[in-house]
Amino acid sequence: MTSDTGTIRFILNDRSVALDDVGATTTLLDHLRLARRLTGTKEGCAEGDCGACTVLVGRLAGDELVYEGVNACIRFVGSLHATHVVTVEHLAAKDGALHPVQQAMVDYHGSQCGFCTPGFVMSLYGLWLSKDRPGRADIEKALQGNLCRCTGYEPIVRAAEAVAEARPDAVFDPILAMRARVKTELKAMKTGATIAVGEGRRLVVPGTVEALAEVLDSHPQATIVAGSTDVGLWVTKQMREIAPVVFINGLDALQTIEETPEGVTLGAGVSYSAAYPLLSRLYPAFGRLIDRIGGDQVRNMGTIGGNVANGSPIGDTPPALIALGATLTLRSKKGSRSLPLQNFFIQYGRQDRQPGEFVESLFIPALAPDAHFSVYKISKRRDEDISALCGAFHLRLDADGKVKTLSIAFGGMAGTPKRASQTEAAMIGRLWTEETVALGQAALAKDFQPLTDWRASAAYRNLAAANLLTRFYLETRGEGCELTRFEGAA
Amino acid sequence: MDATAFEDKTVTPLSGPMHAARRHDSAHKHVAGSADYIDDMPEPAGTLHAALGMTDRAHAEILSMDFSDVEKAPGVVCVLTARDMPHSNDISPSHLDDEPVLADGLVQFHGQPAFVVIAETRDQARRAARLAKIDYRDLPHIIDPADAIEKGGTLVTKPLTLKRGEAETALDHAPRQLRGRMRIGGQEHFYLEGHIAFAIPGEDDDVTVWSSTQHPSEVQHMVSHVLDVPSHAVTVQVRRMGGGFGGKETQGNQFAVLAAVAAKKLNRPVKFRPDRDEDMCATGKRHDFLVDYQVGFDDEGHILAVKANYAARCGFSSDLSGPVTDRALFHADNAYFYPHVLLTSQPLKTNTVSNTAYRGFGGPQGMVGGERMIEEVAYALGLDPLQVRKRNFYGEPGSGRDLTPYHQEVEDNIIARLVDELERDADYQARRAAILDFNAKSRVIKKGIALTPVKFGISFTMTAFNQAGALVHVYQDGSIHLNHGGTEMGQGLYTKVAQVIADCFQVDLERVKITATTTGKVPNTSATAASSGSDLNGMAAFDAARQIKERLIAFAAERWQTTPDAIRFVANHVEIGEERVSFPDLVKQAYFARVHLSAAGFYKTPKIHWNRETGRGMPFYYFAYGASCSEVSIDTLTGEYLVERVDVLHDVGRSLNPAIDIGQVEGAFVQGMGWLTTEELWWDDKGRLRTHAPSTYKIPLASDRPKIFNVKLADWSENRQPTIGRSKAVGEPPFMLPISVLEALSMAVASVADYRECPRLDAPATPERVLMAVERLKRG
Repeated sequence: MTSDTGTIRFILNDRSVALDDVGATTTLLDHLRLARRLTGTKEGCAEGDCGACTVLVGRLAGDELVYEGVNACIRFVGSLHATHVVTVEHLAAKDGALHPVQQAMVDYHGSQCGFCTPGFVMSLYGLWLSKDRPGRADIEKALQGNLCRCTGYEPIVRAAEAVAEARPDAVFDPILAMRARVKTELKAMKTGATIAVGEGRRLVVPGTVEALAEVLDSHPQATIVAGSTDVGLWVTKQMREIAPVVFINGLDALQTIEETPEGVTLGAGVSYSAAYPLLSRLYPAFGRLIDRIGGDQVRNMGTIGGNVANGSPIGDTPPALIALGATLTLRSKKGSRSLPLQNFFIQYGRQDRQPGEFVESLFIPALAPDAHFSVYKISKRRDEDISALCGAFHLRLDADGKVKTLSIAFGGMAGTPKRASQTEAAMIGRLWTEETVALGQAALAKDFQPLTDWRASAAYRNLAAANLLTRFYLETRGEGCELTRFEGAA
Repeated sequence: MDATAFEDKTVTPLSGPMHAARRHDSAHKHVAGSADYIDDMPEPAGTLHAALGMTDRAHAEILSMDFSDVEKAPGVVCVLTARDMPHSNDISPSHLDDEPVLADGLVQFHGQPAFVVIAETRDQARRAARLAKIDYRDLPHIIDPADAIEKGGTLVTKPLTLKRGEAETALDHAPRQLRGRMRIGGQEHFYLEGHIAFAIPGEDDDVTVWSSTQHPSEVQHMVSHVLDVPSHAVTVQVRRMGGGFGGKETQGNQFAVLAAVAAKKLNRPVKFRPDRDEDMCATGKRHDFLVDYQVGFDDEGHILAVKANYAARCGFSSDLSGPVTDRALFHADNAYFYPHVLLTSQPLKTNTVSNTAYRGFGGPQGMVGGERMIEEVAYALGLDPLQVRKRNFYGEPGSGRDLTPYHQEVEDNIIARLVDELERDADYQARRAAILDFNAKSRVIKKGIALTPVKFGISFTMTAFNQAGALVHVYQDGSIHLNHGGTEMGQGLYTKVAQVIADCFQVDLERVKITATTTGKVPNTSATAASSGSDLNGMAAFDAARQIKERLIAFAAERWQTTPDAIRFVANHVEIGEERVSFPDLVKQAYFARVHLSAAGFYKTPKIHWNRETGRGMPFYYFAYGASCSEVSIDTLTGEYLVERVDVLHDVGRSLNPAIDIGQVEGAFVQGMGWLTTEELWWDDKGRLRTHAPSTYKIPLASDRPKIFNVKLADWSENRQPTIGRSKAVGEPPFMLPISVLEALSMAVASVADYRECPRLDAPATPERVLMAVERLKRG
């Protein structure tokens, strides 16, 4: 292990930044607006839901330089080491000429009050850099994390369609112009040394997984931050003191994605976006679920490991992972241990993670060729909303058409994401018919007694959960009935 | 006024006259991040920051407040409570003395601010505000309007009755009658820029407040009232807001007053920007309504009599609830003639934040109630609701079917033509037939289609508010400085008024500089509200420009020894007989001839009058109309839905700027659709609002907008009243177009019981409400 340094280094637009006195929970947004007076990036909600603070963060992925939209309001400065932060001020040319993405927003009347606009511009810019000739589905997905209250979005989508004609290689682009310099500088910043800032190591960026284990061993009360899509709100909304903070998003060893015939192993630091291509290929229903978790900004920051570790009762991915039979590997200085994911969630607010332990990886078994696997998320708003309930169904039938194995898990129906054991038991061994489904539906009440809250009433949760069994049954019979906005997309 | 205001200008060499589709004046700055909002302004040295101290009871006496830990916290300069208000602790915009700046001994809603912390940084102020210890004695609280009615129905302000004919008798004699209740939810504004105020103290009693407000004059009055200084000591300014929608009509007062009080007390600049969650908990929203209706009708679906009570959750104080509930009654008829009608309002007091203005100002709730009655009649008779609508439209003047429940004649009715055109363009009949066929065959997915009209009255119902002022300077280089009393919140008002000035002088739009609204330039302004911004300020600005133009003409006539009618303003020039001089040239010469090149303009809406006691008058100068047709699909297993296609035909008279007007229509539609579908305010049993952030309160996303969205302006329409350029107001009327979405969802639900029963789908029609309605109908 290389020795500690005390400086966070990154590139902000066209300038190199070195910070040796940054707070453990100083947000990128505050840094931009207060310390740098870059006020183009706006605060709309300070919880990663409105996208007004969207900036791009470029990072090295292998030898590639990848730029992703993130929410600056819940991104901590400590997580920015060896990145390139690009804000809306960087887009226009030095003579003030607007970037094609900006010009299209002007020409198509994409702004009214203008407050959300810098965020939309950055999301559209991110799409424009990464996707050749995006269609309406791509555009809507790229805008899932941006709220506009004035325009009704139609002119913004028109602008996005129009700008697709102007390709990056054909126009001056500030990021492309400095790509070589950025790569060189970021490589130089990524030394593998552990960075510790502040008295008593209040902000630590471990350089290796071993260093991470060391830090957690000596500071078992430390807060581990991967994507900060949840922890960010502890700070901005609850004003919680969470130091010491350990940032793990830069650890390449936790970014691994491994595919074998047995299944997929994801490092704990793999973001939703990074996992998406493989997961949506191997488990299409899982891919459609990820399409509806947060917006691009949250999917670019948030990790599946973090999602599991924080133990939300709704869970986003855990119902799907439990139904797939995923196992979790935890690690500490003392070694590693693995357990079925469903055993990790003990009760509301409590998980089986010991002091000094961190989530290292997640293994998801491959689907059998004859398996039916579906996940249904129900929320008030289709996209960028937390589930009222989420049901995952994993079924195999025997040669006689009887239920051989069945694994059902729900989020939003109990204090933790939970298997529907009684429901499964009522159906296993029976012919896969509507009568059997009715038996399962009758047993659901034994598994779950959900709460009433702002997302849904208990009565709705019970009814919809039962109806999802019907939906799953119909889908296995080739009578899929889920509403889709675009062909081939959920 | 000058007749040139109404000339055909379809072919013009100018860059931005009236009726041209110009981009928003700040668009290039919006996209570059260089449009400055108040939080983006450089802070003078020594600027302090304020944070709200909120209570956590819905209704309680405050026994004690202990700030010892707050005062010890890092960076804290002082704590302000009600006792620190120099003169008055009241900012009631209705002048009923029922709205404390800070709770003084009594908490009336959960989250009501009781103190303010001033600290060196915003972060320090927010952290310190959490350290106060408050002791309460709990009192019983009332949150729900139905509960409020049951418990005696205490009102926050005087109710209104509208009466024409004998509704009770006519109901008794009607061949058919039915009654029902509808619940209509409220709505959070969710302006992307939250409230903010920035106060900078001056000498003597002076204070300048930058406030994100739609109503600078009222902020000025409130600050002067609380500080007990003359209005002339208080200057309120705003260049732009990041959205308003009514949420910044009165709700900015509190933040502006507190920032000003702190700034004067400490003699340092004070900025006050609440966090989003605090903003959503501490500021008012659209009123929820409970509508109890009775309707009498015949077998053909002609409405004979309507009796309805509109009860509203007003919150703990009156704020604007009086005029809001009035406007609900004014729109309970929508586009329909009720031969006999009795409408009453019930503005209920509840232990919730005081509800306020929101785009449509009660009108949408009134209209949704009226459209529910149409639906009820249609399902009772097995008719297409569109047929019932057409049978009940207001008639032409003189038809005997043109009188509203408030005894104003509908003189400018174009609803039949609008609806017919939309019915044809949207191919309504064929699509409805196809949907009936689809539903008969589809097991889980069901579809619905509906076509609904809008008729919305334009003017403040408080007649005095229908006035406006403007200030225009022409400088020696021919550049023009424009100021008026309206505020810019994204609606494009500044652009439209600048177009009026450019048009009047026949110069390029770039010659006109738009400047921040300030009480120091144009006094005694009305709120930029009630869709009136361009009607009022456009005319006032035109009046100012006209005066200068007349002086220039008089000067030119004298200098060139000709008559005024030989002088024409054309394409950045002035033609004087055979001669042609550039506009700046003429201005320069006029200056040396000592011509006054500055003018204050004024406008007041003619004709209107209203007597609230008798419920009679002409509260509206004219009506704006529109219609929309929506098609939806629902999933009868989960209640989830998609809006498949929407067609809109909307009336803005002769558009001042079609690009901006279409933007207003599209934006209002999606915002109104959010209100009626996914936006749900939810209080727990302690009276806490639990949907107080975008994580829990869901406004539409790009992927919620109609999959196919065709918006057209009725290009043949002209305002029959001589408004600016014969245009019509556009801010609020299109907000009610998406009632067709709610009704299309209702039709899809009705399909599960073969359309025999009105689903009585309440708003917002969340997936949960849709599924529960499906279940109710399935069970019969």
